[in-house]
Amino acid sequence: MESKHVHQKIAAMRQSFFDEEVLDEKFSQLEQLEGKDNPNFVEEVFTMYFRDSTAFLETIEQAMKTIPIDSIKVDNILHQLKGSSASVGANKVLKEVNKTRQVLGKGNLEGTKAGILELRKEYDSFKAKLEPYFQLKQANSVAQEK
Amino acid sequence: MNVSSVKGSMSISSSTSTWKAGDTISDQFPAGLRVLVVDDDPTCLMILEKMLTACLYKVTKCNRAETALSKLRENKNGYDIVLSDVHMPDMDGFKLLEHIGLEMDLPVIMMSADDGKQVVMKGVTHGACDYLIKPVRIEALKNIWQHVVRKRKNEWKEFEQSGSVEEGDRQPKQSDDADYSSSANEGNWKGSKRRKDEEEETDERDDTSTLKKPRVVWSVELHQQFVAAVNQLGIDKAVPKKILELMNVPGLTRENVASHLQKYRLYLRRLSGVSQHQSNLSTIISAQDPTFGSLSSLSGLDLQTLAATGQLPAQSLARLQAAGLGRATAKSGIPITLVDQRNIFSFENPKLRFGEGQQQHMTNKQQVNLLHGIPTTMEAKQLVSLRHAAQSVGNMNMQVPPPGPQSSQNNPLLMQMGQQQQQQQSRGQILVDSTINHAPRLSSMGQPILSNGMATNVSSRNGIPENIRAPGYSQTPSMLNFPMNHASELPGNCFPLGSTPGVSNLTSKGAFQEDVNSEIKGSGGFMPSYDVFNDLNQHKPQSWELQNVGIAFDSSQHSNSLQGNLDLTQSALGQQGFSSGQMNGHNRSAAVASKAVFSTGDVKELRSAQNVNQHLNNLLVDNTIRVKSERVCDTSPANIFPDHFGQDDLMSALLKQQESVASSENEFDFDGYSMNNIPV
Repeated sequence: MESKHVHQKIAAMRQSFFDEEVLDEKFSQLEQLEGKDNPNFVEEVFTMYFRDSTAFLETIEQAMKTIPIDSIKVDNILHQLKGSSASVGANKVLKEVNKTRQVLGKGNLEGTKAGILELRKEYDSFKAKLEPYFQLKQANSVAQEK
Repeated sequence: MNVSSVKGSMSISSSTSTWKAGDTISDQFPAGLRVLVVDDDPTCLMILEKMLTACLYKVTKCNRAETALSKLRENKNGYDIVLSDVHMPDMDGFKLLEHIGLEMDLPVIMMSADDGKQVVMKGVTHGACDYLIKPVRIEALKNIWQHVVRKRKNEWKEFEQSGSVEEGDRQPKQSDDADYSSSANEGNWKGSKRRKDEEEETDERDDTSTLKKPRVVWSVELHQQFVAAVNQLGIDKAVPKKILELMNVPGLTRENVASHLQKYRLYLRRLSGVSQHQSNLSTIISAQDPTFGSLSSLSGLDLQTLAATGQLPAQSLARLQAAGLGRATAKSGIPITLVDQRNIFSFENPKLRFGEGQQQHMTNKQQVNLLHGIPTTMEAKQLVSLRHAAQSVGNMNMQVPPPGPQSSQNNPLLMQMGQQQQQQQSRGQILVDSTINHAPRLSSMGQPILSNGMATNVSSRNGIPENIRAPGYSQTPSMLNFPMNHASELPGNCFPLGSTPGVSNLTSKGAFQEDVNSEIKGSGGFMPSYDVFNDLNQHKPQSWELQNVGIAFDSSQHSNSLQGNLDLTQSALGQQGFSSGQMNGHNRSAAVASKAVFSTGDVKELRSAQNVNQHLNNLLVDNTIRVKSERVCDTSPANIFPDHFGQDDLMSALLKQQESVASSENEFDFDGYSMNNIPV
């Protein structure tokens, strides 16, 4: 059946996230919080996460272009990103955030810039992976309801 | 628990809380807990709200601190607990924490992605009940209700100034314990809490006048005034009356000051005790292993665990294992310890052993010296404290005999039953040591005990890394530490272990314990207790919630009796045979320490020597497991502290155990070590 096929695809996608360590166990904990009354909880969380994180990253990138660079501000935002990424289980993104923060903490601005580039890459890749996953899930559940 | 009753007494204008449903509260509790969560990150806020709802709490969320404050102000009794992020744009989380503490006196839990020590410390100093690191797990949220109950209890106690001191002491201790082992001791804590609630209810009825007193909120300024007054008077001379006069705050009563002073003292003890714990732990751990050969498997594990936790230096671990297991766990390096331990009976080698063991295990040279010198002198005090710890844990272990006479004997022979003190100390040590020696077992046991006993995260502390000094000691540190604080409470026996000197004593004791244990076994004097412990420990594999150990301390009374028991057991154990004794002792000590707290209940277990033996085995296993999981000595502390047991009973129990233990020893691989070696 088509839905079955889609099911498998969704499951495979999900598993690949764990295999690649793009997601960690926090993600599964979130899934457990989903229930009948809120079946799209995880998706809602991620929607929020992507919205905010995209804005954060843009702010950071802007801040890195200003002279002088307001490292406190950048660090604060990175801290924010750290908290939210950890809470959703965005493993690789979190790692990049931590790395960048460390470099920034040492006063290495050039290194920070490089770190932010990496972070941006990782984040975009993460978003590109998760969004289709949720779309598929959503489509599938709608289809199933029918 | 009767939250409602607590609440009623606590706040004069308490609104009907959801918990006032009376009986149903206990069933549903903590469901319905009203939580206010504040976090500027919407993603986190959403997740937290979801998790809290999943815990059946009633959740209100805010994304700004100002909003949260205004919500709290308009509905002062509308919330039970607040969860707040540290980094917020409009207001610093700590500032919010202060405001809430001053205005509403609600328990506040801080959260942050930051796990730096400074930040966490800041939370503590600002008065946060707890500090959670993001990503916050739902398991952590499941336990937050304990902070509410604890706070209520303490407040209630303030009302009852005239209430028994022990009660108060007990309660804070309990809460302390709970703090440390919140997740683990939920059950125990609840139990004690229920008791407290009942007491509270009674008190409420009796002291309606006191209850009606308006709750005094110890604001930061007020507390600072208080601290200034205390410092001016000198912590030792600070009496509530004088503090009150110095503070000169209208409306403040002597009772308010007295209860606050009590809490403050406990807090200080905890601070000092914690450091000791760690050292104790290590010592304990180190001390333990030699005796427990059988535990090898366990000890190995425990040791590993301990080592992993950093408390037990890897070396010590190896040593312990080698020593304790003699065979089983890590024969590496410390086989001698086992032998040495046996020699303990003869008292000749103990020192050697101890030294070796000590060196091996304990990085603290002091310990080594102590052992030889037998801690009696220092240890007398320490032993006392240890004993207390042990007592609480399982009086058995801690024979906190009067520090004097025994001290000399302690070293080689904790066994000397006569040397009450020594024994106590040694026991405590042994306990510690035994726990450690049993290393495999003990470590688990010791650890747990430590953690349990010491309200202060002893368990977690197991950072005995260096301190393995007192094999048993380290374990006891937790216990001991606790006693330290409670030392005052404990009748004499407790030596505030918190003091480093005590700690070192312990360590030495610990080392001694090893010897002692063996000695005990040999000499029959010392060992008994040790064995008892072991047996005890074994009994209750995990029943000992070390957390309770702290509580055990509260029952200093028990400790006293325990000591007696310990002595008995020690003698009984000692006679039986080193191995068994040791094992038992170890278990016991571990258990004792941890059990000290529980002792009353568990004492019964001691009685059944048979059980003990069986338990020993179980404990060993359990201990290891326990240690791993919770550093706290879960080894049924109860077993060790047969408070209720008369000395005679204890002795007989121990003796029986000894015998049984001896047989069970084989299980532990003590085969290698024949009893023959043990000079009895």
